Amino acid sequence: MYRRVACVYELLHVMKMNEKKAILVLEDGTCFNGCSLGAAGETSGELVFNTSMMGYQEILTDPSYAGQIVALTYPLIGNYGINEEDVESYRLFLEGFIVKECSPFSSNWRSKIDLSEYLTKNGIVGIQGIDTRSLTCHIRDFGSQQGIISTVDFDMIRLQEKAKSAPGLTGRDLVAKVTCEKPYDWVNKEGAPHLSPRYKVIVYDCGVKYSILRKLAHAGCSVHVVPAKTSFETVLEMNPDGIVLSNGPGDPSVVSYMIKNIKGLLGKRPIFGICLGHQLLALALGLKTSKLKFGHHGGNQPVMDLSTKKVEITAQNHCFAVEIPSQGMLHKSSYGDVEITHLNLNDKSVEGLKCHSVPAFSVQYHPEASPGPHDADYLFDRFLQTMKS
Amino acid sequence: MPKRNDIEKILIIGSGPIVIGQACEFDYSGTQACHALREEGYTVILVNSNPATIMTDPEVADKTYIEPITTEIITKIIEKERPQAILPTLGGQTGLNAAVSLAEKGVLDKFNVELIGAKLKAIKMAEDRSQFKAAMGRIGVQVPESVYVNSLDTALKIIDAIGFPAIIRASFTLGGSGGSTAYNIEEYKEYITTGLETSPIHEVLVERSVLGWKEYELEVMRDLKDNVVIICSIENFDPMGVHTGDSITVAPAQTLTDMEYQKMRDAAVRIIREIGVETGGSNIQFSINPENGEMLAIEMNPRVSRSSALASKATGFPIAKIAAKLAIGYTLDEIPNDITRYTPACFEPAIDYCVVKIPRFNFDKFPDTTQELTIHMKSVGEVMAIGRTFKEAVGKAIRSLETGRSGFDPLLPSGIDAWTAEQKSEYLQTKLITPTPDRLWHIADAFRLGMSLDEIYNYSRIDKWFLYNIKQITDLENEIKQRHLKGNDASQKNRDFAMDAELLAKAKQYGFSDIFLARLCGSDEKTIREYRYRRSVRPVFKHVDTCAAEFKAFTPYLYSTYETSCEADPTTKRKIIILGSGPNRIGQGIEFDYCCVHGVYALKELGYETIMVNCNPETVSTDYDTSDRLYFEPLTMEDVLEIIHKEKPEGVIVQFGGQTPLKLAVPLEKEGVKILGTSPENIDVAEDRERFALLMNRLGLKQPENGCANSAEDAKKIAKRIGYPVLLRPSYVLGGSAMRIVYDEQGLEHYISHAVEVSPEHPVLIDSFLQDAIEIDVDAISDGEEVFIGGVMEHIEEAGVHSGDSACSLPPYSVNNEIIEELKKETRIIALALNVIGLINIQYAVKDKVIYVLEVNPRASRTIPFVSKAIGVPMAKIAAKVIAGEKLRGLNMPENITMRHTAVKEAVFPFLKFKGVDTLLGPEMKSTGEVMGLDKDFGRAYAKAQMSANYCLPLVGSVFISVRDKDKKPIVQIAKKLLQMGFKITATKGTAAALSEENISVTPVLKVIEGRPNIVDHIKNNEVQLVINTAEGKAAQEASFSIRRTALTYQIPYFTTVAGAVAAVRAIEALKSGTLDVRSIQECHQR
Ligand SMILES: Nc1ncnc2c1ncn2[C@@H]1O[C@H](COP(=O)(O)OP(=O)(O)O)[C@@H](O)[C@H]1O
Ligand SMILES: Nc1ncnc2c1ncn2[C@@H]1O[C@H](COP(=O)(O)OP(=O)(O)O)[C@@H](O)[C@H]1O
Ligand SMILES: [Mg+2]
Ligand SMILES: [Mg+2]
Repeated sequence: MYRRVACVYELLHVMKMNEKKAILVLEDGTCFNGCSLGAAGETSGELVFNTSMMGYQEILTDPSYAGQIVALTYPLIGNYGINEEDVESYRLFLEGFIVKECSPFSSNWRSKIDLSEYLTKNGIVGIQGIDTRSLTCHIRDFGSQQGIISTVDFDMIRLQEKAKSAPGLTGRDLVAKVTCEKPYDWVNKEGAPHLSPRYKVIVYDCGVKYSILRKLAHAGCSVHVVPAKTSFETVLEMNPDGIVLSNGPGDPSVVSYMIKNIKGLLGKRPIFGICLGHQLLALALGLKTSKLKFGHHGGNQPVMDLSTKKVEITAQNHCFAVEIPSQGMLHKSSYGDVEITHLNLNDKSVEGLKCHSVPAFSVQYHPEASPGPHDADYLFDRFLQTMKS
Repeated sequence: MPKRNDIEKILIIGSGPIVIGQACEFDYSGTQACHALREEGYTVILVNSNPATIMTDPEVADKTYIEPITTEIITKIIEKERPQAILPTLGGQTGLNAAVSLAEKGVLDKFNVELIGAKLKAIKMAEDRSQFKAAMGRIGVQVPESVYVNSLDTALKIIDAIGFPAIIRASFTLGGSGGSTAYNIEEYKEYITTGLETSPIHEVLVERSVLGWKEYELEVMRDLKDNVVIICSIENFDPMGVHTGDSITVAPAQTLTDMEYQKMRDAAVRIIREIGVETGGSNIQFSINPENGEMLAIEMNPRVSRSSALASKATGFPIAKIAAKLAIGYTLDEIPNDITRYTPACFEPAIDYCVVKIPRFNFDKFPDTTQELTIHMKSVGEVMAIGRTFKEAVGKAIRSLETGRSGFDPLLPSGIDAWTAEQKSEYLQTKLITPTPDRLWHIADAFRLGMSLDEIYNYSRIDKWFLYNIKQITDLENEIKQRHLKGNDASQKNRDFAMDAELLAKAKQYGFSDIFLARLCGSDEKTIREYRYRRSVRPVFKHVDTCAAEFKAFTPYLYSTYETSCEADPTTKRKIIILGSGPNRIGQGIEFDYCCVHGVYALKELGYETIMVNCNPETVSTDYDTSDRLYFEPLTMEDVLEIIHKEKPEGVIVQFGGQTPLKLAVPLEKEGVKILGTSPENIDVAEDRERFALLMNRLGLKQPENGCANSAEDAKKIAKRIGYPVLLRPSYVLGGSAMRIVYDEQGLEHYISHAVEVSPEHPVLIDSFLQDAIEIDVDAISDGEEVFIGGVMEHIEEAGVHSGDSACSLPPYSVNNEIIEELKKETRIIALALNVIGLINIQYAVKDKVIYVLEVNPRASRTIPFVSKAIGVPMAKIAAKVIAGEKLRGLNMPENITMRHTAVKEAVFPFLKFKGVDTLLGPEMKSTGEVMGLDKDFGRAYAKAQMSANYCLPLVGSVFISVRDKDKKPIVQIAKKLLQMGFKITATKGTAAALSEENISVTPVLKVIEGRPNIVDHIKNNEVQLVINTAEGKAAQEASFSIRRTALTYQIPYFTTVAGAVAAVRAIEALKSGTLDVRSIQECHQR
């Protein structure tokens, strides 16, 4: 690795004239020299790459990226700036940001500030001007690993050590870091639709993306968000029509309190799990989760609905996945049969499941998209249906 | 779903000749479709009149009909072959229209043939603007307001509602003309009137204009299970008002938030479902208001299009191939992605680079027309470039164009420094407001002159993000000048050139070519290149892999960029690089791509690894599975050398791609590259007129008397010596067409003072112009010992009409055998004298039984595909094998070809697209494409060629004749024949007199200048079915201009040479003597 690095340095040093230098070092010693993007300083986390060509603002504000340094494979980022609407949470949770070229100039009628300014304001340390494609190939071939970006320390050996010792995702409860402190009710900017709320929905906030709340509110639900640690008894006392297990960061297996809550809620109220919520539901149902080589992060993942055999192009962002049950596509749980309903056509991994005897279903991908295609919108209606019956 | 087994024979209709708006992209898509369908075990019947296509190769379809794409002919083919289905969506607009008319005329029902891919209803809904509008209404997608009107009055009533500027489109115009933008009431009245006139149903559409809005395209695919995916989003650099075909375009969309993009995606999905295109690809155009994001749908093409080809090359997703598989029942999830192998085609490509397409224009050939770009396509070709940034990609695209620009070269007029600020900004304003092919460069100039980004935006309406990127480029340009101009004065430049390596690398990452850098630093390309090598500032190569590296790529489809890790990993196999022909342009089109592709096929057969280099996204050669390895790169020294250094091939083939690679032969060899085939030395002998003249003398072969003038005086002397008329070939042109025939000394003086510069640096070549000579093309292959004569083609039009523009016949139809044998002999002599290894093309002129050599092209020629298909011998393939070292003897060539049929090539012209251009032919090539007519005798073959070229010869009616004096004799026979065949004859005074003298009954008609109703009125009133009109001298030509132009607009067949008229008469005779029948080339060439 180091030899390649040397020449990397030779050439890449180049574009950084009159720009502040930054360096990215991976656990395995691979190193990329670029220039500073956003805040100065040092940051470490697990490296993931996202292949979406648009939607960097949504990605930046997605709480699921807590603990991670996000590299975008599309090289030209920041072109349309940052606007006030396309936010998925109240702050940026990711550890660091990597792009090939961040546009110093934004062009869009909604744009309020430039991307780099936005990152600086939010204290995000980033790097640009590196060969993001070779970084992506590296992660693809050797699996995801820890990385560190620094604009202050340029000693590769020392940085590699820091990268190694950085906390990984596995076995770490990141939900606790991102969930809201107290419950709150959600109302869309454009206000609730005219019809009075049809259903009362409680959303467990494991790092929820606002778009989930927007979709629910838009579908005519009164939306109440609660912290992940809220006990299922408390939730039941609020007497909701249905419960949504939100997306969120990290390793599901260690979020025991959520798993406990879900067990308490199964069969009592309709449940809809999204992403991490899907993994937590699976765990509650006795299925296993495990870490993928480098996860799915992007807006072009083909998923087949096994009942209709139709394919939807989905937005995804996860490093862990539910394992295919040993008994095959049907899993016998203490809550009755659990069926695998969706598969990823790229790697045949589990993308959705449904309980036969209790009203509960979940998907690994993001029906709320943002960023990504809206093909899976129908799932919110499906949830409304389950609440009706 | 499994593939359908209720059908086993499928008819594919090609797109016919290359015309503006329909180029090789449909050869690419059609060829892919044929391969895909046969792979699935279907029998494929193909009809296409264009011989220069890969799809019409005998191996590509089971039965190949090189026949006119007309309802009548295709009906015959259907009757003969009885296919169960037609796949109409892969042959461009021509194929689609043909299918529609077959359906509407009941042919499909009669022979129960099914339309697969798109049903009639869907096609109509997408194509008919009012139906489309209604459909959009049903699904709540906005379109620009528009109203149909049938009279000027109603037009005037509704205009307030629409407002100015307004787009006016005439319905069902022949040749797709009509349609313009009116900015004021005068223009409005004018366009409405002409529109109503040209529309056969006297209807025009008046549409709200959204000029200046952003324009986008989405490539959409749908399968029978109703899965829909978007393959690629394309953003137009030029805003609405410039046809997407003429716009610089960029993929993916650069300035859309995900929110806006998904809104567009949702609309696209709803649109393809509502229109009901069952399977395959569609192209949907949108427009967005940059002020508030308001979105409108502009149009949908329910078929693969130019943009689909671009999208395929831009993403690596083979739209046409997949479309074909979907049409026969497969669904997207059942088809694997060739590039990643283990993932399905049911996904949306993610790309991690920026793609820039720039159209190639040929206005230089049509100096009389405006270069303004409008809603009608005028470009003749395009280049695509891939880079990791927009700046890099646009730089690569510019040098791919081969317009002599190596980057953002300044276009500022000399002496501008003396101008006042006002004058400058006035100049820039006009350059920025009016879209022209040069606007991209004017933007850079505007920045150089310090105009602000906002100002440039206000004039051009080009998105500020693009403008900013260009500013970054000009800023860097400045920095380089600042830091490196000093100390680099001519005296010591080459010796010790130095440049900060960081700055150099940054410049490369910004897409600066070595030549451009050399210009900036007052150095030269070689110096910069060698310095760059020394400082190891070299490009790396990356994969186009459909998935932004998420999965491993298995097909080596590569582009260069200045980054750190290289993915090329070349093999150690025996390998040969074939250089492609770059963008289509008049004079160098699809024929050369055809030859390159055949070169690849042949070398594969010989077991070589083949490496293709090209930058034209429309072509078969840039399909990732044509060659073993594809480099999508500019065809310049710099870029080609980098590939050669990386791949280290046994050699490079330069003779298939036309002049583009041929130009590189000598310089490449200087860099130690092995050129396979004819040696650069001998190429130079053939290309350099002086060296060539010496050779001709040595061989005792005749050339037209010629000389080379270094001054006006010189020129006159030489012309006198040679004798008028003379043909002038200046080496430097002040604009306008280069070659010119002058008949006398005034003509010469005028030309020299107005059109060209004559000086020792810019000499003018003067040839005696052979009048009324027969021109003949010969294509041959030589292995250095033996020469195989592929074809001797007799031109219909006399010498003086460019070989690419005149029709020709194989075998010859008038010259006798001694001449033919003599031509073959001379060809052998020349080929061996030049020690040609591979292809050679020679143009001869025969006058009074004397043979003159006009020129020798030591390379593939335009006629290679035509000859190959006429004689059933794949010339280019054989040449490739010879180049690789095989001997003709070993390739068991047919001794002498006996043809059981006649093949006629006819050219097609873009005149209709260019207002105010005369249709007279000359020594400058103007045609964009060609067709082939095949039949048992010349008359029929010529008739078919005319049909294919869309000149429908009349069988009855009245013929208008108006010819120059020297033609008044030969025209008599023609007139007699026409009378015998029952035509009425009308003529202008002089001609009428000449004819009546020979007591031919003729009705005189008025010339335009003589009052009304004149000949133009008669043509418009549809009282003329055929026009024969020759004119000589400026005055006569201007006087008769409107006749030819009107005939053109009203699609009345016209002939501007006597030779053409003679042939036409023979064709009409043939047509009257019985109907035409059809024959596949497989039948023609059974041995
Ligand atoms: N309403 C309009 N206002 C301004 N420009 C338009 C409008 N409609 C079309 N155009 C321009 O004309 C071009 C050609 O129009 P289009 O409808 O796509 O016809 P075509 O079939 O020739 O592609 C478009 O690419 C766009 O730039
Ligand atoms: N001496 C000549 N007399 C008559 N016609 C000529 C003569 N030289 C060239 N031409 C005409 O001009 C055309 C173009 O000339 P050519 O030398 O072939 O240039 P190009 O390189 O464009 O093919 C020829 O096809 C021929 O019709
Ligand atoms: Mg269009
Ligand atoms: Mg020629």
